[in-house]
Amino acid sequence: MSNPIIAQTTTPAGVPPQRAPQRVEREFTVKERRQWQLILRRFYRHRLAMGSLVVLLLVILIAYFGAQLWHYDPTVPTPQFRTPPSLQHPLGTDDVGHDYLARVLRGAQQSLKIAAVVALLSSAIGCPYGAISGLIGGKVDALMMRFCDMLLVLPLLVVAGALSYGKGGSITVVMLVLGLLGWPVNARQVRSVVLGLREMEFVEAARAMGAGPVRIVLRHLLPNATGTIVVQATLDVAAAILGEAALSFLGLGVQAPDTSLGNLINSARNSIDTLPWLFYLPGVVIIIIALTINFIGDGLRDAFDPRQTRLRR
Amino acid sequence: MIVFTVRRLLQAIPILLGAALIVYWLMAIPPDPVLKEFAGHNPPIPPATILANRQRMHLLDGFWYGFGRWVVHFVQGDFGPTLSGAENIRKDLVQHLGVTTHLVVPALFLAVTLAVITGVMSAIKQYSFRDYTFTFFGFLFLAMPAFWIAQLLKDTAVNFNLATGTHFFQTLGDRSIPQPAGFGPQMVDYLGHIVLPTISLSLITYAALSRFQRASMLEVINSDYVRLARAKGITPRRLLTRHMLRTALIPMTTATALTVAAFFGGTVITETIFNWQGLGTYTVGAIILGDRYIVLAVLMLTGFFVILGNLIADILYAVLDPRIRYE
Repeated sequence: MSNPIIAQTTTPAGVPPQRAPQRVEREFTVKERRQWQLILRRFYRHRLAMGSLVVLLLVILIAYFGAQLWHYDPTVPTPQFRTPPSLQHPLGTDDVGHDYLARVLRGAQQSLKIAAVVALLSSAIGCPYGAISGLIGGKVDALMMRFCDMLLVLPLLVVAGALSYGKGGSITVVMLVLGLLGWPVNARQVRSVVLGLREMEFVEAARAMGAGPVRIVLRHLLPNATGTIVVQATLDVAAAILGEAALSFLGLGVQAPDTSLGNLINSARNSIDTLPWLFYLPGVVIIIIALTINFIGDGLRDAFDPRQTRLRR
Repeated sequence: MIVFTVRRLLQAIPILLGAALIVYWLMAIPPDPVLKEFAGHNPPIPPATILANRQRMHLLDGFWYGFGRWVVHFVQGDFGPTLSGAENIRKDLVQHLGVTTHLVVPALFLAVTLAVITGVMSAIKQYSFRDYTFTFFGFLFLAMPAFWIAQLLKDTAVNFNLATGTHFFQTLGDRSIPQPAGFGPQMVDYLGHIVLPTISLSLITYAALSRFQRASMLEVINSDYVRLARAKGITPRRLLTRHMLRTALIPMTTATALTVAAFFGGTVITETIFNWQGLGTYTVGAIILGDRYIVLAVLMLTGFFVILGNLIADILYAVLDPRIRYE
């Protein structure tokens, strides 16, 4: 028998037993996996989410690197204007003469940037706020949540309108408006998770060992709410892309000379009868981005919380 | 229950007040709307007229005095003057609310009905082709910008009208002016105006609600009492209507109550594209002009709807689900 365990037990007496081999090769060795490895594995197996991730990464790459390679500048007009798609201008030109492919690439860049910042801002404010509110509980919690309710009642349009008054909207204003009005949703989500976690033994143990509220929130509560936070942040990205488009469409968002997908759609409204692709193309880009992000969010939710899985097993 | 309701309504007061204060402050940031309106006229508007108009709009008051004055008058039913000269905007507000209600009620009905039907259908045959199709369209509608889909519908309808030489689909306003004579033509006119805005408004809501209905139905299907009922030998139809639907519709009622509230604030894009003179277009116009009392009144109205919707959702939940009690 060459089994190392048996071999070890049969060493003659008097000889000090060798140290157990570092790793015992057994038939069913199960490799230890960390939590995030399990999550990633579940995510990789979610075909729709992985496909969406690839498409989204492609869109981002094309938006940022394609614009570098494409030889037209989105801000410099060409002599041809209002031309249909051709070899020279694959998406035609708009009524000023800008190459529309360059415009769409630039718009996608700006929209993605806005969405990313909004998601970061909402998470950065909402998550600690929700965690603290849920942890403290009682009157403070009620007061903090009423403040969230108040912000949720505020109409997006009014805030955007007032902040962009006179000078017209800019990317910064859109980011601020969407982020500052969006975070209560994140806060509520995190709070509801924390309310459940708060009663768990490990939080009590941490408190018994003298951990302060800051440490409890940062080291114990937020890591356990990662799933909710990440999923909500992806949904924020999709919502911000659509929100930016809606604001710009109403003339309260990004304004020329700056551009974004929503701004492109808005400025193409006048030529919708003659040059309809100018209106519809940026919309298709928006749909691709929002759709893939929603699918990714769905996949992440399944990966973090396999109980609600949509996958066939 | 009554105590709970009253307490929630009382809690709503500081929330609405706070929101109003923020909006009042935001509307005070832009330059004086009266000065802006009267600037650059030739011959120039006499200073006395400008002053009188600023006084009429209470623009000379201090910030806190002005806000307090607005609150006191609002509570008494005086919603404030407008830049265009009206003394109380209540009449305009009610009229625009009526137009928006015309749009919201059919859209909500369509969205909820479709969502329940398709949600239940995809949950019953989970992972079937049917389920994947509904799921795909649900996600697609969720990803579409509202104005984009509205414009697409509008263009398609115009092309349809051109191609068939008919005028069924109307894309401007909520009714023809003048109205056609007779009941039949009036109904056709009404339907022609309402079809497109209703569809464009309901699609996104439908998408969210159908995902929700699917999830709640799946939960019911996998529960023990359904397995018991099935083991008892109940007919599938009776199982569906008597046992499963009843439970699966409870979360849906609350979701619907929340949606109604969101609808009244969210019709602005549909109204803009189809030129309905509802609350949304009214608000946008007021924001652009800096007409602060209109914006405040609409805020109070939609805010009240949101809070009422939340309350109704909670109460319905307790009424329909006996396990939930409010002290």
